[in-house]
Amino acid sequence: MDQVMEQAKLTNDEVQRYSRHLIMPEVGVEGQLKLKAGSVLCIGAGGLGSPAALYLAAAGVGRIGIVDFDVVDFSNLQRQVIHGTSDVGRSKLASAKDRLHGLNPLITIDTYETALSSKNALDLFKPYDVILDGTDNFPTRYLTNDACVLLGKPNAYGSIFRFEGQASVFATKNGPCYRCLYPEPPPPGLVPSCAEGGVLGVLPGVIGTIQATEAVKLIMGIGEPLIGRFLIYDALRMKFRELKLKKDPDCPVCGTHPTVTALIDYEQFCGVAPAAEPVMTATQDDETEIDVRELKRKMDAKENFFLLDVREPNEYQIGRIPGSTLIPLGEVPQRYQEIPKDREVVVHCKMGGRSAKAAAFLRQQGFTSVKNLKGGILDWSDKIDPSVPKY
Amino acid sequence: MANKILIPTPLRPFTGKQDAVEVDGGTIGELLANLTSKYAGLKPHLYNEQGKLRSFVNVYLNDEDIRYLEKEKTAVKPGDTISIIPSVAGGARA
Repeated sequence: MDQVMEQAKLTNDEVQRYSRHLIMPEVGVEGQLKLKAGSVLCIGAGGLGSPAALYLAAAGVGRIGIVDFDVVDFSNLQRQVIHGTSDVGRSKLASAKDRLHGLNPLITIDTYETALSSKNALDLFKPYDVILDGTDNFPTRYLTNDACVLLGKPNAYGSIFRFEGQASVFATKNGPCYRCLYPEPPPPGLVPSCAEGGVLGVLPGVIGTIQATEAVKLIMGIGEPLIGRFLIYDALRMKFRELKLKKDPDCPVCGTHPTVTALIDYEQFCGVAPAAEPVMTATQDDETEIDVRELKRKMDAKENFFLLDVREPNEYQIGRIPGSTLIPLGEVPQRYQEIPKDREVVVHCKMGGRSAKAAAFLRQQGFTSVKNLKGGILDWSDKIDPSVPKY
Repeated sequence: MANKILIPTPLRPFTGKQDAVEVDGGTIGELLANLTSKYAGLKPHLYNEQGKLRSFVNVYLNDEDIRYLEKEKTAVKPGDTISIIPSVAGGARA
């Protein structure tokens, strides 16, 4: 009797579309109706959000929200499969919405063209059953986690770097949260960002799809969710490993005596550099920087200085500034003796982040005249030599 | 006795691109000390200026977090695998 009533809630179109779900006893009409009534908020329509949203839409999750404020760029297309070449220059939200509706017109897509913040996170999250965290920065990761804990919403978490991905489900009632795993973020600069490190295009396809799998399972209440388990995927070695996660009773957000009971300033939480980092910290001191025009002037004047490129060899192959010597940032602590101490050293990378760390390190090793090239080779390409390709 | 320490992708530039390194030691603390003396570039990524393990780097003995064992005093047996798992933020801007 119940089943007859439930069946009435799926239209003929829906029965046809979801038939491969309906004939599986683990999903069936009941599960499909749960998906139809279910909702997921994707934080980010990038590498992880793209495959996740596509599969959630295809599976018939009734309401999908997406938070993003970015515009589709050519360099996104290598992995952000929700967007197409003709979408370059469009907002990611508009592009994603078109694609998802093209895939499944029977569901509702909500778009939020905004940066997730402590002011809007709780309101944005409230209407959704599951939050799918696919962001690229620590402040948003901690914000998403804390908002999920405060609202009691599960967080289908995924993160990627180069060839390696991580996934878990955080902030369920009795499960651990992201802060149980990592109470504090790394200080800025100590961990390379995705833009610096690169990412294998298919990697977010795997991790984002795992996140979508967990979201769908949570909505239907089937299977064993990735709660208290940290999945690590190494695409290069094609290995999955699983580590145990425990809920930390002393966790500042989800522990027995939480100290974080409202959303905080996450930029500050993640951006405060520790008082005295031993090595490899970035400095913002203007006297330690030069811009690309000054570098060009030095080159034209044939000044006696050493131009150090701390990018990776594969980046060096894409393009270089003439006369530079390559020592990747990671090799600088072993190889800095190759750099002359009696000459001025100008350090550059892609955008200036890694080179600032290398410059700070060299100063600690007793180099007296070290300058960081502001804006890196990208700025060089913009302002001095456009024949150097931007990547 | 040498144990295998698995090096995560972000830290591989500091181990000559190796994804696993064999190191001697009877406890996690000894293994990590030997690891960072062999690969000095790793040290600031694993330890803070007070010589304490950084809280955004987790160390696992097989599949258990050493914070819930005996931390750096956790004894290591032959065949145990140690994993260093740093927090990684990669994804999309939002």
